Amino acid sequence: MAHIYDMIILGGGPAGYSAALYAARAGFDTLVIEKMSAGGQMALTDIIDNYPGFDEGVDGFTLGMKMQAGAERFGAKSEYGEVLSVDLAGEVKTVKTDSGDYQTRTVVIATGANPRPLGLPDEATLIGRGLHYCAHCDGRFYKDKTVMVVGGGNSAVSDALYLSRIAKKVLLVHRRDTLRATRVYHEPLMKASNVEFLWNKTVSDVVMGDRIIGATLQDVKTGTSEQVLCDGIFVSIGRVPATECLNGQLPLDDYGYIIADETTRTAIPGVYAVGDVRTKALRQVVTAAADGAVAVHFAEEYL
Amino acid sequence: MAIIHVTATNFAEIKASEKTVLLDFYADWCGPCRMVAPILEDIASEREDIIIGKINVDDEGSLAHQFGVVSIPTLVVMKNGEIVHQSAGARPKAQILKLLES
Ligand SMILES: Cc1cc2nc3c(=O)[nH]c(=O)nc-3n(C[C@H](O)[C@H](O)[C@H](O)COP(=O)(O)OP(=O)(O)OC[C@H]3O[C@@H](n4cnc5c(N)ncnc54)[C@H](O)[C@@H]3O)c2cc1C
Repeated sequence: MAHIYDMIILGGGPAGYSAALYAARAGFDTLVIEKMSAGGQMALTDIIDNYPGFDEGVDGFTLGMKMQAGAERFGAKSEYGEVLSVDLAGEVKTVKTDSGDYQTRTVVIATGANPRPLGLPDEATLIGRGLHYCAHCDGRFYKDKTVMVVGGGNSAVSDALYLSRIAKKVLLVHRRDTLRATRVYHEPLMKASNVEFLWNKTVSDVVMGDRIIGATLQDVKTGTSEQVLCDGIFVSIGRVPATECLNGQLPLDDYGYIIADETTRTAIPGVYAVGDVRTKALRQVVTAAADGAVAVHFAEEYL
Repeated sequence: MAIIHVTATNFAEIKASEKTVLLDFYADWCGPCRMVAPILEDIASEREDIIIGKINVDDEGSLAHQFGVVSIPTLVVMKNGEIVHQSAGARPKAQILKLLES
């Protein structure tokens, strides 16, 4: 008979390891399955200034490692593996990963979100050839070059600002005629002399040489297309919740988030959705961590 | 097998190795690179038959340029001195192990 865990947590970001900490302290036999390494999206940021308790800020990767260590101190276990599918029906639930199958009485879904792709055919093959989703990672390769930033929200604007200090020129492509970003971001961007705004446009294709040498932009008002040359494209058009491994077993909202309220309970008893993958008003480290604790509270009731 | 710090000086020697070589182009300030690091350590401890070399793109600009690296992390698999696979982006352990079979 295979081992049956009390709780398996899918994903080792702040929501997952907070659940693991509470679960281990509640005496649950707990396993976290993470495909990359602890921290999740948080690990992508140099500095987190709005997680309480760190008066000088903390880098996201370190915070992730500390969250993992904190949960493991009380006996939570971690496995590297990508969850491929789950079977959530029944009292004993199955989690299938690329490195084995596991059984558990409760499941906490903490898979977070990924960058939203442009939606081009073969988009994945363009990564490493001039298409990027992380300005802070790859911006430095574009010193004195021309880069395109796609998007109009806070992260696109902050990427454009960051890149404007490195690149010769930044082209900001946005599908509307005003930025969606919070006001405080606008002024520094408008002031940057090397940022050009291309309004009402979407990227419909890339122009390829050995690598990306430009993009085809379509005007959303007139429908006309034009080619604009650039050395790299940074995509910052939001995020998509990571729910593929659920294969439709839980109801999602129109944007693909798992429907669960502040109790984190989903439509299936014993299954909880925590952090960025859940319908909620504010997706941050502190709210992700809070969800993890709440899920264990309700799981204790359930078990 | 321990992870080797690859530089322009020792690169030729590593390239000439009879074992499969996995190169990781990274930088200290790159989040996804740091996520890959523990996975590579894990693989290094399990696999005697491969050499894992880490190349810091800030220090080794010419090697990065030579491999056309514009995104990090970039993982490169070399066999008998030839590149058999090169791709950018952090990926899970199972996928990295699969790259080694390229
Ligand atoms: C660039 C950037 C900067 C940010 N800055 C801040 C900030 O300053 N302050 C702040 O509070 N918030 C910030 N955020 C938001 C914050 O990072 C997220 O709200 C938070 O990380 C969400 O935590 P989570 O645990 O729900 O999900 P995630 O952090 O996304 O973690 C999910 C984890 O699940 C894993 N996973 C996904 N699918 C699978 C699978 N099938 N199998 C196994 N594992 C899987 C992923 O690898 C990942 O590690 C930032 C986000 C980004 C992208």
